[in-house]
Amino acid sequence: MSTKIISSSQPQMTDLDQPLYTPIKRRSFFMYAGATAGATALILAGCSKSDSEPGIVSLGSGNLGVLNYAYALEQLEAAFYAQVVKTPATDFQTGELTYFTQVAMHEAIHRDFLKAAIINVAKATPIMDLTPNFSSITFTSRASVLGAAKAFEDLGVAAYNGAGKLISVTDPNGATYLTVAGKIVSVEARHAAYIRDLITPGSFAADDQVDATTGLDKSMTPVDVIMTAQTYITQKLDASSVGK
Amino acid sequence: MNFLNIINQLAEVDADVLDRLDSRRAVFSSLGTVAKRSAMAATPMLIASMFQKAYAGTNAGDPVEIFNYALTLELLENDFYNKVKASAFYTAAPAASQAAITQISKHEAAHVALLQKVITGIGGTPVTNVTFKASTFATLTSFAAQLQVAQLLEDTGVRAYKGRATDLQGIGDVTITGVGTINPLESALRIHSVEARHAAHIRIMRAQTPWISGSGDLDGADNYKGATPESNFTQAGYNLTTAGVITPGVTYSATDVAAAFDEILTKAEVTTLVTPLIGA
Repeated sequence: MSTKIISSSQPQMTDLDQPLYTPIKRRSFFMYAGATAGATALILAGCSKSDSEPGIVSLGSGNLGVLNYAYALEQLEAAFYAQVVKTPATDFQTGELTYFTQVAMHEAIHRDFLKAAIINVAKATPIMDLTPNFSSITFTSRASVLGAAKAFEDLGVAAYNGAGKLISVTDPNGATYLTVAGKIVSVEARHAAYIRDLITPGSFAADDQVDATTGLDKSMTPVDVIMTAQTYITQKLDASSVGK
Repeated sequence: MNFLNIINQLAEVDADVLDRLDSRRAVFSSLGTVAKRSAMAATPMLIASMFQKAYAGTNAGDPVEIFNYALTLELLENDFYNKVKASAFYTAAPAASQAAITQISKHEAAHVALLQKVITGIGGTPVTNVTFKASTFATLTSFAAQLQVAQLLEDTGVRAYKGRATDLQGIGDVTITGVGTINPLESALRIHSVEARHAAHIRIMRAQTPWISGSGDLDGADNYKGATPESNFTQAGYNLTTAGVITPGVTYSATDVAAAFDEILTKAEVTTLVTPLIGA
């Protein structure tokens, strides 16, 4: 199966843990369907995308949905960079692995912080540990890695830019969530600029990303972001209720 | 500005505006030219206060004040880059450096134009006459010195926008003439991430880490300090460098934690930093 979305520096949870971390109703069906069905779920969770249907993971609604949405994206980014660091491109240039190692740490910290915030601040259960599908990325190739990194970072920036307004202030923690999201998104934008400059020097805020007339970066809805991110995630994510 | 346009825009967010303003409009239409002109000069305050009223209960700040704060910073940046582009050091700089400054400058000018339209559209008066003090600019006697200031301006801008995000939280969409329907917070965030891209590139041009790692040549400047300094490693009440604070068995370094989050500056802190740079 594909690489788990957990950095190499973090204790690995086994696939057997997955159903226990699954908050959504469809998956919870397995918990109530008897030992045989439960065992089948465990087997399916350990299989690759091609021969299983792991079910739909709902990101949830309201502010929790926004937090889970960010957590899902950070899981994806963290897993990607953990793999980049673990199996660096053979043609990385001087200094690039050093910077990617730093980026990998930033993303792992974002991921773990969001998970902790969901548990300890939102007092809720985060979505499961997602299983990435990086089959379209050639980690030994610098060009392939940079292309994927650019896609992830620009997508992350657009995602946070679109999610800010979905965070409700009727929740007493709403201001905290927005502030934290703001603290994270500019770091994602720095990553994006760096990677863009590696691909094409001077493209850190090129016209394909920043509107030449308004000077505005991209902003995307959760559903559109997840549609793009879905390519790299084994589980089917449902972002239709995020922020609602 | 077009008074009636603003009324129509307000109607988008406050259906009662037209009713409430009906008698006032009758008053305006009966005024003479001079009186009408002075009345129109006074209307931004009226509309701004009504705009506020439409959003009572959102914990939001005054959008006109917030966007004028943003515009002040954008005007300063815009003028700074115009001065850079007009300098001999820029002319002598490599083509790639010139292209980067041109691209950044284009965005700052676009931000200025956008913010001016938004402020006018919500009934405010955009601030004017914010320029980078010529005597201070004259002390920047190399392209490298200009880039130092560029880095400080961009990184400070990122922190400034971030610091006001919650003041725009909960404000609904508004329709702005010449812009369309926007969400104020979303627009601010979309500028904010562009400033971060600028900051990263300027830092790369200066052979610094694209992110604020704490070890950069300017990272000790006041622009990176404040009530919540860039070296901060506590988020939502959690010291993220404490062993196992997030994940058992995992300890993150202070450098990585600090770099993983950019921090806010308050308006007072930003004002202290940039006021000395503003002047004729």
